[in-house]
Amino acid sequence: MRLEPIANPSLARTILPPVIAIATTVVVASLLAMLAGANPFAVLGLILKGAFGSKFAVLETLNRATPLIFTGLSVAVAFRARLWNIGAEAQLYAGALITVVLGTGALPWGAGALLPTLVLAAMLAGAVVLLVPALLKVRFGVDEVVTTLLFNFIFLLFVSMLLEGPLKDPMGMGWPKSERLIAEARLPRMMEGLRLHWGFGLAIISAALVWVIQRRTTLGYEMRAVGLNRDAARFAGIAVNGVLIRTALLSGGLAALAGFSEVAGVKGSLTLDLSPGFGYTGIIVAMLALLNPLAVVAAALFVAGIFVGADSMSRAVGVPTYLADIMLATALLLMVLAILLTRFRVVRE
Amino acid sequence: MTGAEAAQVVLRLDRITKTFGKLIANDAVSLSLHRGEVIALLGENGAGKTTLMNILFGQYTADSGAVEVFGKALPPGNPRAALDAGVGMVHQHFTLADNMTVLENVALGTVPLWQPRLDPAAVHARITKLADDFRLSVDPDARVGTLTVGERQRVEILKALYREAKILILDEPTAVLTPQETDDLFATLRKAVALGLSIVFISHKLHEVMDISDRVVILRHGRLVAEMATRDTDRHALAAAMVGAEVNAPKVSPATPGAPLLQLRDVSTPDQGNAPGLKRATLDLRAGQITGLAGVSGNGQAALADLIGGLTAPDAGQLDLDGAGLAQWSPRIAVQSGIARIPEDRHKTGTIADFTLTENAILESYHKPPMSRRGWMNWARAETATQEIIARYDVRCPGPETRIRLLSGGNMQKLILGRVLEAAPRIILANQPVRGLDIGAVNYVHSQLLAARARGAAVLLISEDLDEIMALSDVIHVISEGRLSPEFARGSMTPAELGVWMAGHGFERDEVAHAS
Amino acid sequence: MDMLDILLSASFWAAAIRIASPLIFATLGELICERAGVLNLGIEGIMVAGAFAGWMAVYSGTGLWTGVMVAMIVGMAFGLIHSVLTVPFGLSQHVVGLGVTLLATSSTYYAYRLALPEVTSPPKITAFQPFEIPVLSDIPLIGPALFAQTPMTYLAFVLVAVVSLVLYRTPLGLALRAAGENPAAVAAQGLSVTGIRMGAVIVGSGFMAMGGAFLTMSAFDSFFFEMVNGRGWICIALVVFGAWKPGKALLGAVLFAAFDALQIRVQQTPLGADIPYQIFLMTPYVLSILALIVMSRRAEVPGALMVPFNKGER
Repeated sequence: MRLEPIANPSLARTILPPVIAIATTVVVASLLAMLAGANPFAVLGLILKGAFGSKFAVLETLNRATPLIFTGLSVAVAFRARLWNIGAEAQLYAGALITVVLGTGALPWGAGALLPTLVLAAMLAGAVVLLVPALLKVRFGVDEVVTTLLFNFIFLLFVSMLLEGPLKDPMGMGWPKSERLIAEARLPRMMEGLRLHWGFGLAIISAALVWVIQRRTTLGYEMRAVGLNRDAARFAGIAVNGVLIRTALLSGGLAALAGFSEVAGVKGSLTLDLSPGFGYTGIIVAMLALLNPLAVVAAALFVAGIFVGADSMSRAVGVPTYLADIMLATALLLMVLAILLTRFRVVRE
Repeated sequence: MTGAEAAQVVLRLDRITKTFGKLIANDAVSLSLHRGEVIALLGENGAGKTTLMNILFGQYTADSGAVEVFGKALPPGNPRAALDAGVGMVHQHFTLADNMTVLENVALGTVPLWQPRLDPAAVHARITKLADDFRLSVDPDARVGTLTVGERQRVEILKALYREAKILILDEPTAVLTPQETDDLFATLRKAVALGLSIVFISHKLHEVMDISDRVVILRHGRLVAEMATRDTDRHALAAAMVGAEVNAPKVSPATPGAPLLQLRDVSTPDQGNAPGLKRATLDLRAGQITGLAGVSGNGQAALADLIGGLTAPDAGQLDLDGAGLAQWSPRIAVQSGIARIPEDRHKTGTIADFTLTENAILESYHKPPMSRRGWMNWARAETATQEIIARYDVRCPGPETRIRLLSGGNMQKLILGRVLEAAPRIILANQPVRGLDIGAVNYVHSQLLAARARGAAVLLISEDLDEIMALSDVIHVISEGRLSPEFARGSMTPAELGVWMAGHGFERDEVAHAS
Repeated sequence: MDMLDILLSASFWAAAIRIASPLIFATLGELICERAGVLNLGIEGIMVAGAFAGWMAVYSGTGLWTGVMVAMIVGMAFGLIHSVLTVPFGLSQHVVGLGVTLLATSSTYYAYRLALPEVTSPPKITAFQPFEIPVLSDIPLIGPALFAQTPMTYLAFVLVAVVSLVLYRTPLGLALRAAGENPAAVAAQGLSVTGIRMGAVIVGSGFMAMGGAFLTMSAFDSFFFEMVNGRGWICIALVVFGAWKPGKALLGAVLFAAFDALQIRVQQTPLGADIPYQIFLMTPYVLSILALIVMSRRAEVPGALMVPFNKGER
């Protein structure tokens, strides 16, 4: 078989494949739910209800989406430049780490000065963590997929070491947990009475800023050029290595904000279970959004909704929550295929 | 061969039609090949020659029409069936694995995959015998990556002969050979015919067609427009039939060269894997002059292009612009110094396929006003500038927002030309500027280069096509293994003499002369 | 016990070989995929799936070797998903690989929860027992280390030889290597690039799953979450370290496993007691990164790795 590009895809051609991809995902989920002995319609209904069916649910989804927007943006920025950042998890923890190092009393400032400082410090920490694999790639040609992956394991152990050592909360009853953040280091709520913290607002702002950078600045143009054809970019005079490094700094910084946001907005301290894999889920979010920063927000809400809904459904009906992960993996694989089919037709040869 | 044998039709293509989307690549083409015959399949780039042969070979399936080999129908879309029926193809872009030996490349696919053993000794012996019979010298144990272009082509031919091909198809085989290597190839082909093979020879080089073929078949825009015995025709008639009109190549009027704008003095650059670096190269590019660089591909052209293009700097020796040395060198500095670079591969380095025409047009200028200011892009300005290029350089396209991958090769090249010529460059580095283009686009590009020369620009034309070099250049250098020959004035050297230098032979005498 | 004692003890080397075994299976699997030109990032998930599938088969009553077969088939199924998307459709091997890892891992965990909903501690099976090869296992040092292992370890070693033989001496191996160097060469000789690449990914994925099965059926005797713990990613580094050659990959796996075995034992020494255990746990991953840096300059990468083959692309 052969793939032939379609010059002017029809509307049906553009809409149908993604729709079929989502539909197939739903069918797969239904079959798996039936395997668990549950009614598929009930399961899907409960997922939807658990995600968006009440004010509590919606807030829960928005909260859950916040770190995913950050890691999704991080991955989208990196993947656009063909920098395969699989290490958003480590960068997230770097941001969280620096937040507790500086935010538990080391800097006795007011919130007006402290919060921006923490944001910048977190971004710097995340940038540094991605910088190492980026430099290895640029200087030695080492594939960053594996190095960023391995870094996740290394950094988590490092955090564990610190939490059992110098950062341990003396009043934590022996658990590996950091001290609590001071009040000035906590992200305030976005609106009185709403259980939604400013991390979400920061995430939306970040998405808008990334969009502006990509579409309107020379850096964005360079990142796209380097991502699409490194040789042509280099020939034209673009400093490819510099672009990759700057991309890494931005990407690492964005992922770190997820860590900052979770610590300063939700948890108030750092424990090893801060992230149930937000860094990896960010990859799914970015791919579903086709690396578009504004679409990342929508994709993050979608993914968060599925997780929050699945949690709620699982409590009600007992179907394991892993159904959500299966749905996401299926959606991802089918979606990349669907996108291809909107632009190419299959020709039998 | 008896009369009956000579009349035997070994290959028949019957009304082959093939379309790709809206493009009609082959339109009801029929042709027959007789035993022991050499047919030249002639046509300009895009005429449908390679597509037709790919259909024969099974890489594509025709929309309609049939193929018969030795009287039996050939199942379409099946390279295996074509190989088993005795059709062998020497592709234009060699289908060899560089990291494997000649023996491994030849043996690949010749033994069914479920068989447990490969008998290297038997393969070795058979290759050696074939090489002897057909006078193709080749070392079966050599790694293909270490072979020269001419040697690799011999391996390609050997692959076909090893599989007992009775019909040999060669797709533009001489594009990458020196004149001497071309003679050797033709000797091999004549030997093959004497041993009973029949040959289809795809080319757009008229003097070769006249030299080797018995019959000429001419394709134009996918249709077979003419068929004639070679002895009944001449190059003019062939050229006219190919294009369908009088071919008007741009006239090259003599010019007086100006001052040297760019000079290399004893420049050396490091080797890059198999590609040689420059070895003590000396070169002057003068205003108002076209300097042609002749040579077989892979002899250092890339090193020279990368150097002048700003991608590398000299390890030793001097690179001077306007008589002065350079403190720093990079592609941006080169562009700023007035050097326009037309890259060798418009797909790989010249354009970014999924970028729009606008985004491609500003690849070299996006970082400064008016395309951007302080890091902020001015897309409106960029689009206007691109519209101007499209209008001025006749780029056929739906609009500046189209993705460039949808354009034809010729139109892509015109955009690249426009992009670099708009800056009124003083020095133009044109690296294989007409490779793969149809005759209309070729003439356009050549006329632009000549116009730049008339305006006083210095043009360096790098090409594997000796005809092109000889037609356009005021002075010619030959490059071989990174060494540059002395400058030869227009008209002072025949192709054969240049071929001697291309094969590396003139240099020893030259070196001896320099040493003493 | 000091360092020298550790290095000279048979139990140390026996542990190293045992720890290396799952890595050998999975590295061979990834090597086969990459030699044909496909990067298979599904390796981590496929190992998880294989670990569960094999164990579950035995837990459900089949024999041990049947369990290994079941694991292999499950791995091949995920390999089929990966290869359909990456070979004929030419989709990004990075994205598809990560998607397959997620799919395999999450479907494994889902299946586990469905099969064993009430368990608090993971149930056990009777795993492969060490089988001492007569005579050979009495040789000092090497004997207990190499010849008193479980049957699956012996299988791993045999597979290294088999893969080597097939890759370098058979027409199939030749075609596979050519597909990874220049698929156009393969197509020009009338072979199907799609068929060869898909076959390689499917077989390779089967091997990876067997590596996972080793964990639950030979090294340990039960399945628990986070069991594979990054071994798949380490194997990707090991393929590079072994320069895409089976023999060298074996050495790399053993070397790596030796470091892993060492760090457990060093923790008992006076020196080791002062260092936080996390440092020891980090060493495998740090070593992998160092291995990649060391090997990154080599030009032995298969020429067409990660380049999809588009027949007659215009």
